[in-house]
Amino acid sequence: MPTGIFLTFDPWINWGWLSSHVPLFEDALQQHITLTAIAILGGLVLSLPLGVAAHRWRAFRSPVLAVSEIFYTIPSLALFALLIPYTGLTVVTAEIGLIGYSLLILVRNVMVGLEAVPPDVIDAANGMGYRPLARLLRIELPLALPAIIAGIRIATVTTIGLVTVTALIGLGGLGQLILEGFIENFHTPLVVATVLSIALALVADLSLAGLQRVVVPWARNT
Amino acid sequence: MGFLGSVWRWFSDPAHWSGADGIPQRLVEHVQLSAESVAIGALIALPIGIVLGHYGRFGNLAINISNVGRALPSFGILVIAFQVFGLGDFPIVFSLTALAIPPMLTNSYVALREVDPDVKDAARGMGYRELTQVLRVELPLAVPLVMAGVRTSAVQVVATATLAALISGGGFGRYIIDGLAQQDFPKLFAGALLVALLAMATELSLAGLERVLVPRGIRLLRAPVMARATTFKAA
Repeated sequence: MPTGIFLTFDPWINWGWLSSHVPLFEDALQQHITLTAIAILGGLVLSLPLGVAAHRWRAFRSPVLAVSEIFYTIPSLALFALLIPYTGLTVVTAEIGLIGYSLLILVRNVMVGLEAVPPDVIDAANGMGYRPLARLLRIELPLALPAIIAGIRIATVTTIGLVTVTALIGLGGLGQLILEGFIENFHTPLVVATVLSIALALVADLSLAGLQRVVVPWARNT
Repeated sequence: MGFLGSVWRWFSDPAHWSGADGIPQRLVEHVQLSAESVAIGALIALPIGIVLGHYGRFGNLAINISNVGRALPSFGILVIAFQVFGLGDFPIVFSLTALAIPPMLTNSYVALREVDPDVKDAARGMGYRELTQVLRVELPLAVPLVMAGVRTSAVQVVATATLAALISGGGFGRYIIDGLAQQDFPKLFAGALLVALLAMATELSLAGLERVLVPRGIRLLRAPVMARATTFKAA
């Protein structure tokens, strides 16, 4: 970080410093992406069976929705703080929270997607002799895919924002640079990391939207 | 008892219930910062969302602002606002307001957009003028979704107000940030509990307000919905 008594004006972006510290941002970006990817994949792996179960057994529905609604209102910083006495300042603490939140978004979308499958289609599948598991895998889940991918988009963008908060428990990816810039009162890492975090979220959202068009070409823009 | 016992002792210590760092004072600060931000945000977002939804214009803008809002890292925004405006409540309320606007704007747009066109036609046929139609026909029908937006924003703002402690703000976040800095885990845990409870209380009380505001006719029409046009989670 620049020092010196004559440096009274700190520009928003110090390009000279930035160009000599590119690896710093690359590492932070990489950690940011890793933390996000684990959260989304973990959430997806857990939410599919949960969502299917809640769809199949009606009794599960309200409890799953109510619990996720309540859990979702818990602020992330508070959740991390509640976990720290047990799991410490570790990746585990961060990922429990991040996976938890992405799980809640995804479960809801899996359920909504499965519910939106027209009863006629289910009837037709039954008439064609599909057994429940095959019907689920080959008819219902593919038709639920637009809603599921929409959920993945929301979860991804949300998680990228939440990862910055994990800087307060020693991780954070780009959030770490925001925190450092704040503590050392140096604008460049702070501004650049914030902009990169927004850019990462938008790029991820757009690429997932592209993926959506390729995977489910019949559903335009959900 | 162990750790939870020490959290219990933290709560039962009378010193934590009075003075500038006491729970009542921190609660007032937290609620005040959040309420100001949501109120200012609502004054900006709701009229825009309602007008755009009524005319059905700029739909992409109204929907996509939620996406952009979701992408804003609240932590970075708070810190940048602090660098621009310096100490005090202003940078906090400024950033929280910015975060409060997108869910309310999108929800109120969708709410007005989804009013049944037949109902609008009927209102027009009965001789309602435009403004009366919006106020007496469309808005009452839109209340559930509009309130869902307000609820989403409020919970999000209460959550993010916790981070305000980082830039020397008050509120329950103080206990979390100070607890982290001092390695005082009971304090940290107590602060987290208080914030989580406040967020839930916000959600529940606004859901109650929604029940009061929704006209009786619509309430009878369908079970209370917890539907939202947008999912939001920041901080």
